Amino acid sequence: MATVKDFRNDIRPNWCPGCGDFSVQASIQRALAALGKEPHEVAVISGIGCSGRISGYINTYGFHGVHGRALPTAQGVKLANRHLTVIASGGDGDGFGIGLNHFMHAVRRNMDITYIVMDNQIYGLTKGQHSPTSAHGFKAKTTPAGNIENALVPVQIALAAGVSFLAQGFSSDVNQLVRLIEEGIRHKGFSFINVFSPCVTYNKINTYDWYREHVYNLDEVPDYDPTDYNQAMKVIAESHGLCTGVIYKDVNRPAYEDQIPGYKEEPIAFQDIALQEDVFAEAIREFA
Amino acid sequence: MLEQLSWKVGGQQGEGVESTGETFAVALNRRGYYVYSFRHFSSRIKGGHSNDKVRVSLRRFRAAADYTDVLLAFDQESIDVNVGEMRPGGIIIADAKFQPTAPDHVRLFPVPLTKIAEECGSAIMKNMVSLGASACVLGLPVDIFNEVVEERFRRKGQKIVDQNIEAIRRGFEHMKELGGADPEFALKPADGQRRLFMSGNDALALGALAAGARVMAAYPITPASDIMEYLIKKMPKVGGVVVQTEDEIAAMTMTIGAAYGGARAFTATSGPGLSLMMEAIGLAGMTETPVVIVDTQRGGPSTGLPTKQEQSDLLAALFGTHGEIPKIVLCPATTEDCFTVMADAFNLAEQYQCPVIVMSDLQLSLSKQTTDHLKLDDISIDRGYVLSEADLQAHTTPQGFKRYEFTESGISPRVFPGTKGGLHHVTGVEHVETGRPNETSPNRKVMMEKRMRKLQSVELPNSVVSTGDEDADLVVIGIGSNVGAIEEAREQLAAEGYKVGHAHVHALFPFPTKSLQAAIAKAKQVLVVENNYTGQLRHLMSFFGVQHPNVSSLVKYDGRPFLPVEIYNHCKGLM
Repeated sequence: MATVKDFRNDIRPNWCPGCGDFSVQASIQRALAALGKEPHEVAVISGIGCSGRISGYINTYGFHGVHGRALPTAQGVKLANRHLTVIASGGDGDGFGIGLNHFMHAVRRNMDITYIVMDNQIYGLTKGQHSPTSAHGFKAKTTPAGNIENALVPVQIALAAGVSFLAQGFSSDVNQLVRLIEEGIRHKGFSFINVFSPCVTYNKINTYDWYREHVYNLDEVPDYDPTDYNQAMKVIAESHGLCTGVIYKDVNRPAYEDQIPGYKEEPIAFQDIALQEDVFAEAIREFA
Repeated sequence: MLEQLSWKVGGQQGEGVESTGETFAVALNRRGYYVYSFRHFSSRIKGGHSNDKVRVSLRRFRAAADYTDVLLAFDQESIDVNVGEMRPGGIIIADAKFQPTAPDHVRLFPVPLTKIAEECGSAIMKNMVSLGASACVLGLPVDIFNEVVEERFRRKGQKIVDQNIEAIRRGFEHMKELGGADPEFALKPADGQRRLFMSGNDALALGALAAGARVMAAYPITPASDIMEYLIKKMPKVGGVVVQTEDEIAAMTMTIGAAYGGARAFTATSGPGLSLMMEAIGLAGMTETPVVIVDTQRGGPSTGLPTKQEQSDLLAALFGTHGEIPKIVLCPATTEDCFTVMADAFNLAEQYQCPVIVMSDLQLSLSKQTTDHLKLDDISIDRGYVLSEADLQAHTTPQGFKRYEFTESGISPRVFPGTKGGLHHVTGVEHVETGRPNETSPNRKVMMEKRMRKLQSVELPNSVVSTGDEDADLVVIGIGSNVGAIEEAREQLAAEGYKVGHAHVHALFPFPTKSLQAAIAKAKQVLVVENNYTGQLRHLMSFFGVQHPNVSSLVKYDGRPFLPVEIYNHCKGLM
């Protein structure tokens, strides 16, 4: 059986020392090992940005695509091979700026994949512009007088769009994050895990200390029930989107793949694709 | 008697113009006639003039006729808009309800289409009454439409079927009483052979199914949507899936994901969608992921003429992505081509591990026409250089599996995710043989050369199809659905003793420079015929080094396909 070590490779990430993304990488590796996955059974599909490099740092199949399109690419991979554990990943700019459209539709479609966003509320790789999750008033290179736009709350949008598994973690709390990722991967349907992953170079406001002070850990709320949609909406609003833990799950919603008419258990990738003569003959008759 | 007929039905969009045309066309196709139909319509659901022009003949034509013999008009506008192309003595069957008028050069038969239909049960059957009247004029049996009508209305019950058949009979009888049965308009009997009747889109979709496409991701757009609608019905039979995505960017990237995942995957779109897909097509080129994109061209730019003919995406298909990638661009011309081109596209995509764009155009995609019998035996599947778990042992290196291994051909081994022992990284960033990112200059140079080498000096078979005189004075070069109009013009000129050749381009990249050069070597003049303003094909010819001292263009960009007579007249002016 594969261990955490099997999910590591010899590439040194090009992240800054202290970047929150290191913990996310380690958490994914630990979760995959804990779930008993083998490296070849997993595909990590990522977008563009510092965090988008993650697919190259985990020893599985990996695809690093174009900016903002990790989710449609990941859904394509899943359709071709439903036996793969597919993880889509990227940053807040990738997922909620250029890729927001795909995010809401991936949520709605509910394919059995897991989406992990490293949210640092800034564009790091392009050196410090504000992002869709930057707070109002936040000063960045492109908001020198303070951000006059309002921040988008990813977990709120996901819940409103009908997500079937919703969690939020924090890079500093790796034990919780591993559990969230494990549960997300186990969930049969689209799972979304937003991770506060501080940028130590460009975001001097939303630091590790800032998050420690502001996050509201649902694990410490004894009677929190993640199957209660209204309670989930409420807790997101009351915590200003800063709650961590499993926020919501609906285990009864069927996954997309399980609803495709005629879709087989055997992955498309390994099927014989030659068309049967009788199917062809029937199709031809319709044009005769 | 007529050896060929040009028949047209016109009315407001949404009042059954299309179904009337289709019923007429299918019934005649089943009698063994060669049928070619072309729809004129607008980008709206209801209202606005639309018409369906159907050419019926004892031999094959792949273009609408220059004129109209018989017009069915559901409103005065249909007469006003179309009477100009009617031949002298042509017949108009119009609903008496709107008190139609027409110029003297045609014969107008007001028939109470709506009134008769109401007497048969419902006003909506006026198109059936008009079909019956048509049958009378053309000397066709009154029951010629029965089979098609039964198929169409069977689900609604025998009563509806009977009412429709009665409406046809009443229309036939009424026309007979008016003296509409004219021996001059009687169609010569056909051979009775039952050929297929389908559009380019039908054939592309069926071709994709036969080629093993099992994932299609697409966004609805005219004139491509038929392809996904067809496959949504068929995929359950083969375990495949069609996803209607949120946009064309998602369609393209989902297609790339599925192709990387091991499926034969494709998308279909038109110009606006192709523009949105460009960045991702570059990703497919960079990551050497085999994807197929169908572009059913329409009038651009922007929303342009969404329901009209144009061939103006040629340059976009070749040069649209930023950066440089190997890609293949194929251009079917007929419905038969549309069927086989999809297998070619998938095979080439997987052999060369690059994107393949299949360029159709609105006229080819939407015109339903008599099509030769399509055979599954004509389809072969070659998935290229793909390794299984067992093959991988021989390919393991100390650095791991080399997905982008340097080879003489530039083509490297591919492994589907899920295969044990084949772990590798794929990235749109420049990379080394194992797929890991690397931005150094020496690596960039060799990796760029590896990718581009795949198609270097490749000229695909049958990239140019030539007809006509070997030693022609004039060679006409065309592309896509213009094959029919050019061929017809060429045949007519040949019959008049002119030496004219026709070279039709079936692949734009790799550009068939050698074949085109050979096709025009002996010609005194070359004419390039295409549906765009700037003469894109002509520019490509000179860009890719096709040389000739006397090349001119015939372009048309008003949204309408070429009529044979336009090409004929232009050629004659050149001779």
